[in-house]
Amino acid sequence: MYVYNDFDEAFVRARVAQFRGQVERRIDGSLTEDEFRPLRLMNGLYLQLHAYMLRVAIPYGTLNVAQMRQLAMIADRWDKGYGHWTTRQNIQFNWPRLADVPDMLDALADVGMHAIQTSGNTIRNVTADHFAGAAADEIEDPRPVAELLRQWSTDHPEFQFLPRKFKIAITGSPNDRAVTRAHDIGLRMVRDAAGAPGFEVIVGGGLGRTPMVGRVIRDFLPKADLLPYCEAIVRVYNILGRRDNKYKARIKITVFENGLETFRDLVDEQFSTTRAQFSGVDQEILAQIEHHFASPAFKTAPTDGYEAALLANPAFRSWTDTNLVAHKAPGYAIVQVSIKKHGATPGDATSDQMRVLADLAERYGHGELRISHEQNVILPHVHKSDLPAVYQALRAAALATANIGLISDIIACPGMDYCALATARSIPIAQEIALRFDALKLEHEVGPLKIKISGCINACGHHHVGHIGILGLDRAGVENYQITLGGDHTETAVIGERAGPGFSADEIVPAIERLVRGYLALRATRDETFIETFRRLGAEPFKAVLYPPQEAADAA
Amino acid sequence: MTRFTPKVVTANALIEGDAVWLTADDRWTRDMREAELLEDEADAAIRLLHAQAQRNVVVGAYLADAKAGRDGPEPTHFREAFRMRGPSNYAHGKQVEV
Repeated sequence: MYVYNDFDEAFVRARVAQFRGQVERRIDGSLTEDEFRPLRLMNGLYLQLHAYMLRVAIPYGTLNVAQMRQLAMIADRWDKGYGHWTTRQNIQFNWPRLADVPDMLDALADVGMHAIQTSGNTIRNVTADHFAGAAADEIEDPRPVAELLRQWSTDHPEFQFLPRKFKIAITGSPNDRAVTRAHDIGLRMVRDAAGAPGFEVIVGGGLGRTPMVGRVIRDFLPKADLLPYCEAIVRVYNILGRRDNKYKARIKITVFENGLETFRDLVDEQFSTTRAQFSGVDQEILAQIEHHFASPAFKTAPTDGYEAALLANPAFRSWTDTNLVAHKAPGYAIVQVSIKKHGATPGDATSDQMRVLADLAERYGHGELRISHEQNVILPHVHKSDLPAVYQALRAAALATANIGLISDIIACPGMDYCALATARSIPIAQEIALRFDALKLEHEVGPLKIKISGCINACGHHHVGHIGILGLDRAGVENYQITLGGDHTETAVIGERAGPGFSADEIVPAIERLVRGYLALRATRDETFIETFRRLGAEPFKAVLYPPQEAADAA
Repeated sequence: MTRFTPKVVTANALIEGDAVWLTADDRWTRDMREAELLEDEADAAIRLLHAQAQRNVVVGAYLADAKAGRDGPEPTHFREAFRMRGPSNYAHGKQVEV
């Protein structure tokens, strides 16, 4: 894993000292809120409904043991003993006091972390496949390139005042687990005809008010051209992007309004300049970064104990069925730790849970942890012989819920329980859906199903790409929930379609239950998943169960 | 012409960041029931200006709809009700602190 060099360390420390001075000047009145606001946002500090909120970057979703323990310490010392994992692989602390934030940032710097560019009209935290470096289907670990992008984009002098925020996601696998098609730039590793790895470059994707699936601007970009090409894209966007209208300022609108062909021509023109400007130093830096991401020394051990535990313990077996993913190394598994216990807040981990996860990573996981955009924690490298012990420890910490990929593994933004932008709550809806299907004991019968909930049109909860999406709105002073159907967050990304009129807070969970029971009746076989049934039949039969004719509803 | 609906002046405290309301005797309270209910549009505008001038005490002062309740002003919109109470997923914030 990447370790800060002297330059990184000095840069982050200097930024904390600078921000400490800015906070002092805000408190003593030398800075007005209008002056201070852009400065605090540059350092990840928001003002929300009930308190300030500090958003800390977890670059490409990777954490080491010391970092996880430090997040737990920060949660205990300056917050309320928990943190919230977000859909952009950040962690948010919901209750800091303004005066304490510089100390929190110093504590982060102690373990090579920061909150720089987690807000504002800059290039945000670069997100990546949470199985990077471990997945069996991977071409290459994308994290060295993600780290290179982080270094390039951090404090990039040309890109500190972009028309709007700018998000980059990267996957080293052809199977996209990083939602690359919903990012301003998406990078999907592919091989050329000769077998050399490079990137399919996707541009202009995004959810929010005007959801769009990103388009391929370049089928194959050699790895060595990545920075100059990204610089060319962001430069064209910085020039053309609309600063007159916040709602038309994202690159998706720039690409849409100018047309992909025109946009591509302009990028190519800039690329001819930027490529010449990059002397190759980026590739030297990349080579150094790659050393940091060498695979751990995987062990060889018998897995008889694991096989025996599978037979002896049905709960363990059920957990392995849902929460494990194939690892590239023989005898190993990727462990997905569900932060979606039924009835709990999606993505919230207590400081005690963070410490348990750190301990497990240290003892059984080669010291690595990941945060997924689906708000779960990953132990990427666990030998199968250690899985029974890992499972027992997770169970003791209420972290062994066997529901990854199932109906209760819901993405939910903080919604109006915390967020100043929200138009309705998300968390209670997620809690109720999870509890309802757990009570019905239908979750495993239903099988793979992605429900994603956003508490406003900005779509932090990715509702557009959920198989079932839920969008919370304010309709005449009452919370109202709109359903979208058929979204897909993978390499075959699709924006879901609106099912029809919204539902009240009381009606939304019964509506979801109707929808899911409708699917069970409609599926051709037990193996046909919700999204497969939707693709086969289209939206109409699902709409029919969601909005039954009045007589049928009365009779029911 | 739309009829003026009663308001309270509310903001977030500069240091703690939590919701506060302006009282008739010029304090910032964490208990909305102590807030001054403004029934006159001109009064409300002046009280808001007064609040906005306190730049080193509060952030983002605005007028929020409210109604007279048994113990003082009450919110009329759910967003203001959440600000008064705190989040629904944990017993944190004003529901346990006020």
